[in-house]
Amino acid sequence: MTITINGEIKELEGEVYLNRLLELFSLPSQRIAVELTREVVRRKDWSSVLVKDADKIEIVHFVGGG
Amino acid sequence: MTDNFELAGKSFNSRLIIGTGKYRSFQEMQAAHTASGAEMVTVAVNRVPLDRKTESFLDHLNPEMQILPNTAGCYDAEHAIRTARLAREALETDWVKLEVIGDQTTLLPDNEQTLEAARVLVKEGFIVLPYFSDDLIMAKKLLDAGCPAVMPLAAPIGSGMGVQNPSNIRIMREQLPYATIIVDAGVGVPSDAAFAMELGADAILMNTAIAEAGDAAQMAAAMKLAVEAGRLAYLSGRMPKRLYASASSPIQGAIK
Repeated sequence: MTITINGEIKELEGEVYLNRLLELFSLPSQRIAVELTREVVRRKDWSSVLVKDADKIEIVHFVGGG
Repeated sequence: MTDNFELAGKSFNSRLIIGTGKYRSFQEMQAAHTASGAEMVTVAVNRVPLDRKTESFLDHLNPEMQILPNTAGCYDAEHAIRTARLAREALETDWVKLEVIGDQTTLLPDNEQTLEAARVLVKEGFIVLPYFSDDLIMAKKLLDAGCPAVMPLAAPIGSGMGVQNPSNIRIMREQLPYATIIVDAGVGVPSDAAFAMELGADAILMNTAIAEAGDAAQMAAAMKLAVEAGRLAYLSGRMPKRLYASASSPIQGAIK
């Protein structure tokens, strides 16, 4: 299946839970936030929300800014 | 004299809020932060790079500093609202510097979209600190929307031009005597910061003026003093401006 993470198109073998998705892409788990189809997914729900085909995901962290 | 800066139920000793962008190294940023005496720093929300380990930028900040996430890079209310929600989830803070930009060349704020986003975010329980063009009527609308402070610009972001419309800041101060006014963006040198404080700003938010200085830490120390000097001057009450001289020494009794 195909998903879009942070604007990049990625192929996955099948549906995965969000917490597994973070591991697959070597993403940190602390002080980040995840949005699935424009809605924030609370951290406590990462292990129960499935990422499906054609999903659009944004994963953010913090950088320097003013 | 205690003259703490009260904002949304929190009390700060420092009236200087500073950014974390554009520093040449983490070490330089840390030194500048320490020298500034600031207790709150802004950070930006950004996509995590995929497929590689990234260290957390936040680990380089003094943990005692309050982190104020911004919505920089957002060009409409919807993106700013989504960014604020993500920041709240990641940092577990309700505080947000709301920034909705209207155009890439000037980075001037889109006041209309800013107000729209502020109304939504306040309803969701955010402590919204809006960056906006220095306009009294917009300030009133943002305060009516429930923002605990307003953050008019001095000049475009990163321009270092100083306060371009001092009368707008003065009018805002006079017409909104109980509002918290934070001058955000456009300060270049300490005299700009002192001037903004003399006009009655409650605090100053700056980034580039410190980060792009030849010696960032030293400039941060200078900004700290300038903000304090400007504040003291404002509280003291300035002398009236006169077109003609007014002798300081007695005129009568001078030898003839």
